Amino acid sequence: MSDLTANNEAGKNRPSKVKVPRVNDETKGFWAATGEGKLLVKHCNSCGENHFYPRTFCPFCFSDDTEYLETAGRGTIYTYSVMRRAKEPWAIAYVTLDEGPTMMTNLIDCDFDKLEIGQPVKVAFIDTGEGTAVPFFAPA
Amino acid sequence: MSIRGKAFIAGVYEHPLREATGKTVPQLHAEVAKGALEDAGLTKDDIDAYYCAGDVPGLGPLNQAEYMGLNLRQFDSTEVGGSSYVAHVNHAAQAIAMGHCKVALITLAGRPRADAKEKYFVRPGGGPPADYAFEAPFRPVVTNMYGMAAMRHMHEYGTTSEQLAWVKVAASHHAQHNEHAMLRNVVTVEDVLNSPMISDPLHRLDCCVMSDGGGAVIVVAPEIAAQLKRPSVKVLGAGEAVKHLNGGKVDLTFSGARWSGPKAFEEAGVSQADIKYASIYDSFTITVVETLEDLGFCAKGDGGKFVADGNLISGVGKLPFNTDGGGLCNNHPTDRGGITKVIEAVRQVRGEAHPKVQVPNCNIALAHGTGGLLGSRMGSATLIIGGEDA
Repeated sequence: MSDLTANNEAGKNRPSKVKVPRVNDETKGFWAATGEGKLLVKHCNSCGENHFYPRTFCPFCFSDDTEYLETAGRGTIYTYSVMRRAKEPWAIAYVTLDEGPTMMTNLIDCDFDKLEIGQPVKVAFIDTGEGTAVPFFAPA
Repeated sequence: MSIRGKAFIAGVYEHPLREATGKTVPQLHAEVAKGALEDAGLTKDDIDAYYCAGDVPGLGPLNQAEYMGLNLRQFDSTEVGGSSYVAHVNHAAQAIAMGHCKVALITLAGRPRADAKEKYFVRPGGGPPADYAFEAPFRPVVTNMYGMAAMRHMHEYGTTSEQLAWVKVAASHHAQHNEHAMLRNVVTVEDVLNSPMISDPLHRLDCCVMSDGGGAVIVVAPEIAAQLKRPSVKVLGAGEAVKHLNGGKVDLTFSGARWSGPKAFEEAGVSQADIKYASIYDSFTITVVETLEDLGFCAKGDGGKFVADGNLISGVGKLPFNTDGGGLCNNHPTDRGGITKVIEAVRQVRGEAHPKVQVPNCNIALAHGTGGLLGSRMGSATLIIGGEDA
């Protein structure tokens, strides 16, 4: 985390527990990659579009000739909302990846009052302890 | 009117597997859809109606339409066990005969043998929908999902918290006359802004109430209506749509009303200027602002300005809305307010709303429901009704 800017407050507002998603046959490739620190989207070899969440069928052209594409793990905040009425507030967000798709996440390692739509962010995985990790994002 | 000769079965497909290890339930639904489309010589984009039952994970058409990238004008998730899909053919034929859709897809799929082998207990409904694992870790509760839509709408269009507050203010003006309403005190814009922040930018008073209760509606044939004593209300037009995250091409500044509204107006043969009263689903203040824009009562992005300064208050503004107090003040039975929207619109057309909020000569009214989440996927339904001579 040495390349974080002043906007990034490492360790701040991290969830105290991370839920483990049930991995299934269609998405095990995605979750296996998270364990190696890689954030994947799906790419369609038929129409060329990238999509998220990953699925076998391209939701744009319905081809099943799709494969995983490793992203750079960078994007910008499309929108967010800080849940204030909770013991531990959290910031849910959609982040638009540089590769195109917009995905749901939480913003961590940051001061919630300094967040802005359009702000650059990068993926910050939190390990589940079961070979997978959840893709949170932090200010880049 | 009959379905006889009005609809045809153009394609069918039976899945070849008898044990679908390695495949997910949404994937199986997509595979049989693809097979039937190929049999018919049609493509995914030809589909404008989707029928499924409880074997689709999640909220049926919402989650599966998103998985398959469908744009729908009609949907139905009637769940009556194994007979569902036969009933779906009938329902689809009716919709096609009425001109509500042209290409209806019906699917059934599941994997109980594979689930049993993997010792994975699946409740009826096929387990979690495909999107679940990519959202649940981030704790999407209802409030923050609408909050994200509001944040983006503010960012793109300059909508303010003061403007959102006017929706609640208008609802409270109406609720004061409803003896059953949970919240009968008239509130001000300042009251809304001073109420606790729940999830940015939504304050407590931007949120609807939680209540028990319910409602019912009876729809009858014209010859039955003619025999009844109570004033009958004519169904003039309706529209439905599913809006979802579109494979990651996300836009939270509009709702499915963008598609359900025009269909309803076209069928009813009326325009926005003809609507004397509107029941607009008000889970949150932002829901009303986006819906009014999408229904064409104002330009996209102008919803905040449209609702400001009491424009939704009966007797004061141009578009009286939710004269029962709506979900924001009256009730939101079992977290689903759709039926109360229809009921208050019927009261208005019958001239039976509270005298303090009754719209004079209310011959045409609109009711709109939003189910699901403005921040991800939703079912949108618009209904236009009128009096005897509408």
